[in-house]
Amino acid sequence: MNLRNDLALNALLLASLACLMVLSLTIGPLKLSMQEVLAALFQGGSANLLPESLAGIDRAARLHLIVTEIRLPRVLLAIIVGASLGMSGAALQGLLRNPLAEPGLLGVSASASLGAVLCLYFGLASISAWLLPVSAMLSAALSTLLLALFAHRSTSNLSLILAGIGLSSLAAALISLAINLAPTPADVQDIVLWLMGSIADRSFDDIRLCLPFVLAGLGLLLSCGRELDALTLGDEEAQSLGVSPARLRLKVIIGTALCVGASVAVAGAIGFIGLVVPHMLRRATGYHPARLLPASALGGALLLLAADIVLRLVSQDFELMLGVVTSLIGAPFFLLLVMRNQAEVAR
Amino acid sequence: MTCLDLQDVSVQRGERCLVDKVSLQIPAGSLFGLIGPNGAGKSSLLRAVAQLLPHTGHCHLGAQRLEQTSASWRARRLGYLAQAGELAWPMAVRDFVFLGRLPHRGSGLPLSWRRSTDHDSGPASTQTNEEAVNLALKQTGLSELAHRPLNQLSGGELARVRLARALAVNADVLLADEPCASLDPFHQLSVMELLHAQSRQDRVVVVVLHDLTLASRFCDQLLLLHEGAVVAAGEPRRVLTPDNLQRVYQLQAIHGEFRDQPYIVPWQSSSSATPVNSTNKSGFRLQDEIPVQ
Repeated sequence: MNLRNDLALNALLLASLACLMVLSLTIGPLKLSMQEVLAALFQGGSANLLPESLAGIDRAARLHLIVTEIRLPRVLLAIIVGASLGMSGAALQGLLRNPLAEPGLLGVSASASLGAVLCLYFGLASISAWLLPVSAMLSAALSTLLLALFAHRSTSNLSLILAGIGLSSLAAALISLAINLAPTPADVQDIVLWLMGSIADRSFDDIRLCLPFVLAGLGLLLSCGRELDALTLGDEEAQSLGVSPARLRLKVIIGTALCVGASVAVAGAIGFIGLVVPHMLRRATGYHPARLLPASALGGALLLLAADIVLRLVSQDFELMLGVVTSLIGAPFFLLLVMRNQAEVAR
Repeated sequence: MTCLDLQDVSVQRGERCLVDKVSLQIPAGSLFGLIGPNGAGKSSLLRAVAQLLPHTGHCHLGAQRLEQTSASWRARRLGYLAQAGELAWPMAVRDFVFLGRLPHRGSGLPLSWRRSTDHDSGPASTQTNEEAVNLALKQTGLSELAHRPLNQLSGGELARVRLARALAVNADVLLADEPCASLDPFHQLSVMELLHAQSRQDRVVVVVLHDLTLASRFCDQLLLLHEGAVVAAGEPRRVLTPDNLQRVYQLQAIHGEFRDQPYIVPWQSSSSATPVNSTNKSGFRLQDEIPVQ
């Protein structure tokens, strides 16, 4: 029964995701119809044309270029980032047995942001486009290492949360310092805009950079499902069922860090997806942490893609930042959920 | 015939010795009670046997030394029920009980509800997961509530759900830490009857208890702990003597028998009251006048 429910739910999410993908590809300065998008995706012209020659080439080849080289990376990035944030949130909430946990809690995203901000501060980003995501990812890896060492030594979730809060406060303070000391107003603007989170103007290079890490992280988190289920019973009983809470904690930390570090590196800080999505899907998956994992990945991808579509429909001549939009939609929605839960508990 | 055999089991936390060199043998088919005041080391001993706490000494199950077995080997043979804790997610009762089948499910996908095919799957290999869960629900009287979410249950129902989860493991050894806490008298009795019946199916059942009457009535053997050390072990009548209760609990109790079964009603703490020497109004006589044996 559970299995059938899950298949139906995931199929529904997947179908919605496919629809939104096509819809997202139609939106932009040049409005395209669904048929044009599908035609451009699957036939298209030769892909090795340079953008300067756009005017000279036929419409089909031009559409192919717009759809596959400009719009597709954005859509794929929304899916990758959304999926990794959604599943990380679900895994962390399962590990900490707390619906308020989210990827930002461990301080990994703040550390990744710090890496990127330092790169912008020292003007390294202009040397090579690769330097920024790479330095963000290195910084995320460093903070993960610290967390893992910490988790190895301590046995409680509370101290893990406290360590995460400490790490993210430190990173936030250093980011503020970088903004404070930034040499020119333009640098400040660069940093602040980057911190808001965006997936605009990304290419397949960004995808190639983050995808291996995200896939590794998602795989690692998915493999934790059964152990997270067992952890519902508490550390001791889970251990009596053959689960090692210490090893599970390490797996979730590393999986989350891979996902979040890689996502922040290419898209900046995008909030609330990891908090809201598992919350929305928890009841539909029967409160099973394991069943929540794949559904949250799909739900996160769906939500971020939807947010990106809304953002582009609303802002035609100014660029709204994706991180701002997700927080603007996510925060009130979250408050609503909490209030509804309160009413349920009171009953 | 499996038998749980402890030799010199000690648990140390920092400078403090929580359990001091406990040795005992519990044959299969018996219900064994651990009793003692708060902080006596009952739970620590139970956790040490379940290999959840670092300890010195040996625990053997049959010929196997538990300290040297793998976690998955133990998971199928030792069922452990912790003291009531907070539950994380309000999943349905049946799903929760199903978590006890985790050691028996194949190593495949998280959702593989399939029959276990592992040749080393322990005593439950002839039983499907579904059957084991249904049986555990039936034994605890929860079949009606199978689809109810956990947050809509009373405290007593929740305690039974947690017990059902431990029963679903279908292990040779069941270690239960205060399974009767927070239950009303009816459910206390039904849980003890259930555990007693479980022990008669050739299992070792070890249970931590506070209720002295339940302990003396249902357990075949008792171990009385005080500050980590064994005060007395053996048949309930020989363990729950007035002297021992006075020494360990600082307690005066009414000892009696009903239909050849002993009962003990704690009456007053010796620290706060003057010793009671006389027969009380209801006709029971207090401990300092009659030794029970």
